[in-house]
Amino acid sequence: MTDLSIDLGFIKLKNPIIASSGTFGYGLEFAPFIDLNKLGGIVVKGLYFSPRPGNSPPRLVEASSGLINAVGLQGVGVKKFSEEILPQLRKYSTAIIVNVCGEKDEEYASVVDFLDKEEGISAYELNISCPNVEKNGVCPALDPETTFSVVSLVKKSSSRPVIVKLSPNVTDIAEIALSAQEAGADALSLVNTFLAIAVDVETRKPVLPKVFGGLSGPAIKPLVLRMVYQVVSRVKIPVIGIGGILSAKDALEYLIIGARAVEVGTANLIDPEATVKIIDGLTEYCQKNGIDKIESIIGTLKKPQGLD
Amino acid sequence: MIKDSQARIIDKKSWNNYYLFSLESPRIASQAHPGQFIMIRISHHPHPLLRRPLSIHSKDEKSIDIFFQVSGLGTDLLSQKKVGDILDILGPLGKGFHGGASLNGKDVVAAGGGRGIAPLYFLAKELRSHGALVKIFYGGKSLEDIPLKEKFKRENFDLYCSTDDGSFGFKGFITEYLKTELEKFTPSRIFSCGPEEMMKKIAQFAAKKNIPAEFSLESVMGCGFGVCWGCVKRIKKNGEEGWVKICEEGPVFSSEEIVWTEEEK
Repeated sequence: MTDLSIDLGFIKLKNPIIASSGTFGYGLEFAPFIDLNKLGGIVVKGLYFSPRPGNSPPRLVEASSGLINAVGLQGVGVKKFSEEILPQLRKYSTAIIVNVCGEKDEEYASVVDFLDKEEGISAYELNISCPNVEKNGVCPALDPETTFSVVSLVKKSSSRPVIVKLSPNVTDIAEIALSAQEAGADALSLVNTFLAIAVDVETRKPVLPKVFGGLSGPAIKPLVLRMVYQVVSRVKIPVIGIGGILSAKDALEYLIIGARAVEVGTANLIDPEATVKIIDGLTEYCQKNGIDKIESIIGTLKKPQGLD
Repeated sequence: MIKDSQARIIDKKSWNNYYLFSLESPRIASQAHPGQFIMIRISHHPHPLLRRPLSIHSKDEKSIDIFFQVSGLGTDLLSQKKVGDILDILGPLGKGFHGGASLNGKDVVAAGGGRGIAPLYFLAKELRSHGALVKIFYGGKSLEDIPLKEKFKRENFDLYCSTDDGSFGFKGFITEYLKTELEKFTPSRIFSCGPEEMMKKIAQFAAKKNIPAEFSLESVMGCGFGVCWGCVKRIKKNGEEGWVKICEEGPVFSSEEIVWTEEEK
């Protein structure tokens, strides 16, 4: 029997495969396709305190091996989530992680405050890539100080572990990672989508109404692997890799580099069974290579001699 | 379970840029309603990444048909698939047209533009089986853009064709043809699918004449089953207005529900 379980310190996962926020709805939508009990965890769609209307369409553009989205975090808000969705979701035996959004630091704290009273949540994942209304729409993730301030505020109100989801749209992601760790983050997940643009050459207009969208999918995987590599050597807290994972091989690359778990995102849209297939693929890989515990391959990248 | 990863292409027809595939999928065939759609995985490689949404054009006991126009990489690659190839599809998805026995003995119109004719064949056959008297309005840029006209004729549907260039039938848009004909009769309902500008015009004169109308909307879709929130349309329902998912709540909406996009200045 291969042991796929992963210990993140604050929580033990059945396996390293977590469904990523924004691509898995509120989880229940996937029950007709897969057994949700098989997943390491589910990160539900980002929640602001109140329901959010989201952006005007078009919201999606396909890119080469990727997807640019500008959904705008349309969502139901904490009240409806707690009353209608969470009671059904907590019946499943998998880690339920809530992706927490905010227009300002206090909103993140109030979402966490509200959800702390509800049972059946394993951890929060802070989406610090939300535009901040008090700071000209700049998101906290872009600066070590704003990252520190929101993470430490949320850590004060939260009775649960806090995973901080970093943005790739920075010069030095390790610097932001260290700042989140210093503010008390229990883990880091990286990364959110890459800022991207698509142009309609006939109209010479941007395809997306607000010009920018976020790029996800296989196109970003090599970039994120590099970022995970740069971060794992600098921080003590566990790192969760997110970006372009379609197969078990993709997930293994992240684990070997040093991520302790991964989130599967865009793949869910294309193949609703993707997460389970990846889990099966991990078992197969371990069996083929005589690996009893998948934890044993984490951070085992063989670096060329002479490199640290 | 709405997934069928083993749908075999059992027939393929083509007219220039337009294609009609028959896919063997007994489960989808037994469940499908007119106006519903399927999501087709084009490639098992990472590009093109997303599935493509295509409405169900007709169904048999064990198979469904899709009708599409090549309009980009996804449909181009799809058009190159051969009889015997296996497709991975999700469906039937979404909510279809409303029809049924209440339209027995009534005149109804199904108006389609270009590839938008796709779901209307399935609908027209279903409406007729409920006793409705279906008039098909089928428009395209040119004669080659209305390749299904023979198919409708063979089924003895009342067929009204238009082409923008006058190469076949009424010269002008299908909306103009329909408007002229509506001077002569008033249908109990209009069903339509096609370019947004076309459907918007039909919605306007249907409203003026108090004719209930339903429209099948098109959108880029990320998933097709309601999780990505990528395919929204402004919809009014129960006094509330907001961005509603076309894949889950649609793709068919009624006149009163749709808030049409303002024309850009």
